Amino acid sequence: MTVADLSDLYQEVILDHNRRPRNFGELPAANRTARGHNPLCGDKVTLFVQVAGDRVEDIAFQGSGCAISMAAASLMTEALKGVPVEEAQSLFEGFHRLVTSRPGEPVEVPAELGKLAVFAGVRDYPVRVKCATLPWHTFNAALAGGEARPVSTE
Amino acid sequence: MAAAAERAPQPNEALPGFDLERVRADFPILARRVHGRPLVYLDNAATTQKPRAVLAAIARVYEESCSNVARGVHTLSQEATALYEGARATVARFLGAADPCEVVFVRGTTEGINLMAAAWGRARVGAGDEVLVTGLEHHSNLVPWQMLCEEKGARLVVVPIDDRGDVVMEEFERLLSPRTKIAAVAHVSNALGTVNPVRRMSDMAHAVGATVVVDGAQGAPHLPVDVAALGCDAYAFSGHKTYGPSGSGALWARRELLEAMPPYQGGGGMITSVTFEGTEFGPPPHRFEAGTPAIEAAVGLAAAIDYLEAIGRERAAAWEQALLDDAVARLPEVPGLALVGTPRRRASVVSFTLAGAHPHDVGTVLDRRGIAVRAGHHCAQPVMERFGVPATTRASFAFYNRPDEVDALIAGLHEAAELFA
Repeated sequence: MTVADLSDLYQEVILDHNRRPRNFGELPAANRTARGHNPLCGDKVTLFVQVAGDRVEDIAFQGSGCAISMAAASLMTEALKGVPVEEAQSLFEGFHRLVTSRPGEPVEVPAELGKLAVFAGVRDYPVRVKCATLPWHTFNAALAGGEARPVSTE
Repeated sequence: MAAAAERAPQPNEALPGFDLERVRADFPILARRVHGRPLVYLDNAATTQKPRAVLAAIARVYEESCSNVARGVHTLSQEATALYEGARATVARFLGAADPCEVVFVRGTTEGINLMAAAWGRARVGAGDEVLVTGLEHHSNLVPWQMLCEEKGARLVVVPIDDRGDVVMEEFERLLSPRTKIAAVAHVSNALGTVNPVRRMSDMAHAVGATVVVDGAQGAPHLPVDVAALGCDAYAFSGHKTYGPSGSGALWARRELLEAMPPYQGGGGMITSVTFEGTEFGPPPHRFEAGTPAIEAAVGLAAAIDYLEAIGRERAAAWEQALLDDAVARLPEVPGLALVGTPRRRASVVSFTLAGAHPHDVGTVLDRRGIAVRAGHHCAQPVMERFGVPATTRASFAFYNRPDEVDALIAGLHEAAELFA
């Protein structure tokens, strides 16, 4: 087995979004919120989603955590803004398949994932998959009605 | 780097009779590679590696003397019993205990503390009483006391730590009162490396009549331990952090305590007689060892102790300290690195943060270089909160670590600092 290069995981786009997360902050117009927590890493994310009709009108997040979780949340908000809820679901599924596919095997990245493809390297770091999927699970929870209990990846 | 190499500790000059490379050869795992690099194992506070002597002792139990203990008249059972009770005597000697009967085999420190909380605590702590802990405890020396206090309507009193990560001794003394029934303290903090002044704490606690329980998980492997000199009433430690097998460990407690304590669990091996009307419990330590024990784990732990004593505990501790001092002195050279905790006296452990880099990212970068460290809250969330950090990266040393492993750690941290800057 070849050793995955560190730069496959920490792609420049990921490092950039970790340093300068986009859509970071509260969203006063939000009508859905949810909190997510990854007990292993201590990653914490709060999502604010404004759903209008069947679209994700606006989305923002707050939180703290490792580079993978922060970049995943930042890039997710970029990908979901203005997107129909149905499409958001299929993005979630595509993203999930991408980061949980078997390490080392060739993976087809659906074109619709766009920039999210930078997370392909995460599959080579199984303990970090939860960092990448945390914001997405939290988004699902927000859509489902924002449960009182935080979403946990454990 | 030349300057660093010049002042790096060298074992053979500093410690006559300590041959580092020979010691390393006793630990098979230290020869392996991780991600194509030689393993640099700096996660010794999580668990230590095991010398061949321990692995051989465990195998020997199964290959030659596998049997139940204290239950048979046949030869194998007698041999197994002799090995198991011999291991108890070895642990007693290791801790400076007066009598092997004061040593109860448990699965580890956590079980030892739970045993004290359940058996001693339930009998001694009542409504309105207090249990004193320090602000640097591992969850295993916190949660069992919290549970006890909740059950009994007692109060958990926490002695604060200062900015260096030392327990504030004036507060320790001030917070003790006749209501304090138990004082539970770590010998060495697993998160910061702080060595607590256990003797002073014991004397202060005894002055108000409290029982002193010591979490020795990080103390026993890294400092010479003498329970009589420490002045405590109970001391628990984990075999797997002391170069022995997982699932091994011991609780030492003063004989009077053990004799006064009701059983912890019921079952075979801990009774004198049983009828449907009632049971007469056996004497300590067997009263607290219901069921078939982890025989090979106890024997493996004794082998680890014999190994450590053959090297020389003072010598091992001195070498670890030299490496630790070198790491603590040089880590701040890494841009953005801040030590978390600068205790006056420290053993084995150094915790730090790196600006802009989450500890789990640091851990991943180091892992790719074959370096194993711990990243996280170290099961000491209140300590993290005290220092205002969600997590730290922690390097922890053992006597088999090399000077160039400190260099490797620092080089890896430079890479992480550049990557996340």
